[in-house]
Amino acid sequence: MHSKSTHDIAARFSRRGVLAATAGLMLGLASISGAKAADDTIKVGVLHSLSGTMAISETTLKDTILFLIDEQNKKGGVLGKKLEAVVVDPASDWPRFAEKARELITKDKVAVVFGCWTSVSRKSVLPVFKELNNILFYPVQYEGEESERNVFYTGAAPNQQAIPAVDYLMKDEKVKRWVLAGTDYVYPRTTNKILEAYLKSKGVAQEDIMINYTPFGHSDWQTIVADIKKFGSAGKKTAVVSTINGDANVPFYKELGNQGIKAKDIPVVAFSVGEEELAGIDTKPLLGHLAAWNYFQSIKSPENEKFIKAWQTYTKNPKRVTNDPMEAHVIGFDMWVKAVEKVKSTDPDKVIDALPGIEAKNLTGGTSKMLPNHHITKPVFIGEIKANGQFDVVWKTPGLVAGDAWSKELDGSKDLIGDWVGKKCGNFNTKTNKCLGSGS
Amino acid sequence: MPANLSARLYSLLLSLFLIAFALPAFAGPFEDAVAKFANDDYSDTEEAIGVVASSGNPLAFPIISALQDGRLMADPDSKKVYVTGADGKSIDAATGQPVASVPDSASAVRLNNRLRRSVDAAVGGLTLMSPDVTTRIQAAQSVFKSHEESALDAVNTALAKETNKTAKAALGDARAAIILFKPDATEVEKLEAVATIKAHGDQEALAMLTGMGDQPASVTKAAASAIASIQSSLALWSTVQNAWYGLSLGSVLLLAAIGLAITFGVMGVINMAHGEMVMIGAYTTFVVQEVIRTRYPGLFDYSLLIAAPLAFLVAGALGVVIERSIIRFLYGRPLETLLATWGLSLVLQQAVRTMFGPTNREVGNPSWMSGAFELGQITITYNRLWILVFTLAVFAILLAMLRYTALGLEMRAVTQNRRMAASMGIATSRVDALTFGLGSGIAGIAGVALSQIDNVSPNLGQSYIIDSFMVVVFGGVGNLWGTLVGAFTLGIANKFLEPVAGAVLGKIAILVLIILFIQKRPRGLFALKGRAVEA
Repeated sequence: MHSKSTHDIAARFSRRGVLAATAGLMLGLASISGAKAADDTIKVGVLHSLSGTMAISETTLKDTILFLIDEQNKKGGVLGKKLEAVVVDPASDWPRFAEKARELITKDKVAVVFGCWTSVSRKSVLPVFKELNNILFYPVQYEGEESERNVFYTGAAPNQQAIPAVDYLMKDEKVKRWVLAGTDYVYPRTTNKILEAYLKSKGVAQEDIMINYTPFGHSDWQTIVADIKKFGSAGKKTAVVSTINGDANVPFYKELGNQGIKAKDIPVVAFSVGEEELAGIDTKPLLGHLAAWNYFQSIKSPENEKFIKAWQTYTKNPKRVTNDPMEAHVIGFDMWVKAVEKVKSTDPDKVIDALPGIEAKNLTGGTSKMLPNHHITKPVFIGEIKANGQFDVVWKTPGLVAGDAWSKELDGSKDLIGDWVGKKCGNFNTKTNKCLGSGS
Repeated sequence: MPANLSARLYSLLLSLFLIAFALPAFAGPFEDAVAKFANDDYSDTEEAIGVVASSGNPLAFPIISALQDGRLMADPDSKKVYVTGADGKSIDAATGQPVASVPDSASAVRLNNRLRRSVDAAVGGLTLMSPDVTTRIQAAQSVFKSHEESALDAVNTALAKETNKTAKAALGDARAAIILFKPDATEVEKLEAVATIKAHGDQEALAMLTGMGDQPASVTKAAASAIASIQSSLALWSTVQNAWYGLSLGSVLLLAAIGLAITFGVMGVINMAHGEMVMIGAYTTFVVQEVIRTRYPGLFDYSLLIAAPLAFLVAGALGVVIERSIIRFLYGRPLETLLATWGLSLVLQQAVRTMFGPTNREVGNPSWMSGAFELGQITITYNRLWILVFTLAVFAILLAMLRYTALGLEMRAVTQNRRMAASMGIATSRVDALTFGLGSGIAGIAGVALSQIDNVSPNLGQSYIIDSFMVVVFGGVGNLWGTLVGAFTLGIANKFLEPVAGAVLGKIAILVLIILFIQKRPRGLFALKGRAVEA
């Protein structure tokens, strides 16, 4: 989902890879498992950035997969074989994601890959997974409008995060005026397009919607926060729906706090601020601001408590937090193991066909199911930021919400469905009964 | 003083008497309401707040203020609710009796935003008669915000007794706000209210006037003219605000660029690792704050003052090491310098990532850097104000150092004419190392200030490197005053463009303008003249 600031020069130079590779070799690749391939192991690829701007978010996901593999091996592995992680570092460089994916599949012969965070990195590996026919589990909430045969989306689609959050604000906080603030790239732009269409369908007038985009890593929020304050003083209850990317959030919230905008006056609901992001902020001024996710660390369930304990023991850090994309990997990993055991093979074709319909326990006490469109069912929670950097769940959907690959709010996609079971098609038009071909 | 004593005794007796008689009278509904806090249900809590706040029970204020501060504990099993005081003593919320300890199963009553608003309104209504002036003013302001009709009597009583001028004005505003939204108020009262709110004149007043709903025609007309007058005054203030934001952005740009003005501007080294020196300064602040938090919590407000010289030393020393081990072999080879320092920046980033982890680190704001104050209709945040002051101080010190110290003289001599300086007996290579160290050290100091407004992460430096080069090139390479003027010009231009063009387009526009400007004046705003240029 978020693609963090590439900062232009960074991208250009590291693409050449000369110095980046040197630096990476010196420090970054230390964690790559160097173990030689043994025939009695099943290899699992981990494609998360361990250096560069995205390392802030993706390193944790790499650790999560290593942890899950460790746990699975303690239980005896899969099909009587141990799992072996192959970790590569695409270094927050989008073309390099494709290179590393190719390397994982052709050289290391992995059975499955868990990886990517930004939409642009997912888009750049798509052709590789299609061409070499392998499986990618993508764990981050994203803008939707995609359903590919080789990709399983375990993060939230917009209807599993953005729409329920807006519903909550509309009903519970009686919000009438909306600021859609985001970082300027594909995820916020698509999400805001969907939200704008949704709000208008609920009778919100154009003048009551303010859309604002900022560059990556934006750090001077004075003008925008003042604008929000001004927009919010039109006598109608106002809220901010934030798709601001992780790194820019800290200065944004600091400015809100300093200019005295309290959650009770203008609440901010964020789609990319989780426990990890809050770890870097003094959360006292943020009390009451909201986030919408499918998982919160503070949710009380036996599964969650067990997971947090095992994770903190594994990382030897009693303060290590958990977050939503981690849970998505937990679910995805479990589903893959179950599918492999069901067909008694790691052959991608067989596993891809077996995955839809597979169920796995999520950490919040429910059971998620893989759908024919390769998205999963998830509960949606709205949490309020507490003073200790955790979230207090103030609302949740009554049941699980099925992920829509194609948004029902947009004209271009409302007739499309993804169905890899019956129709064998990622973008089937239900009006014309035709498959449009490629799934994204 | 017997008179005073007896008065106190009398009031004590009176309040005891009141409690004794008031409690039985309200026991039923009040106790039921208090028990509702234990249900952990937002609607029940809201109901309970309403009943408790309007009960007239002397326990109402302790309960509601405890709820506001998260000190109201409820036991879901026994349905008992307790107020814990700041001193650690607790009372039973329903009876007011002291309890020895709150059971472990009790947890703080949860609030959401809607409830926080009702709590604020309730506290406002309950503290209008507080002996403390600031509390009374705050109470009046929160009544102004919530404009609940039920508070009108309390406001009127308070208004009659109030002697403090500010508090009286705040109460008057609160009263006007209530009347504006009171359906059965007369037209005359409402017109008066509109006039009062017009005089209030800020965005909240504007919000109130635009959102007041159906009103008699004359009131609507008066409100429309009030709205227009407030808007025009706010428009004027917004220009002032943009100018202030521009100065503030300019100070951040200047702070980030000032070290580069030395290493790149004066020495001519294309130093791509400049941003990482800023980052190292920020991490030094983090380490200092960690030590202070664990060992000497009382010193937290001085953490930045302690961190600034340390950051200068750490980043400066690193700068000297870098100059001695890498840069000095590359003088006169700008391309190689560019690549080497770029690689170095990646190495430093990854080193910090390995040592401190990839996630953001929390650097706290000392109390004197948090919050904001109002100047007319604009909000000035303390952290921005202090950064501006700090930047100007760093600039002045640097300028004085270059002008009045022996090292400064040597630096200027070496950069103006290296061979001549060498033949005059100046150890040029030592001066090079110290100059680079000075530039890096100042970047480290910048990191201390920037840690207050930005993420402290390994990527911190990257976000400033481009802006820094932009400022130095625009201002004129080799000229500190140029850097100063360049930074403030870019800051102010950016902030006046941003409301019109948006943040993304604004930034692009600035870049285009700079490119055009550089075409016209390749040496920047303040070009160095004379032979130094040719050297």
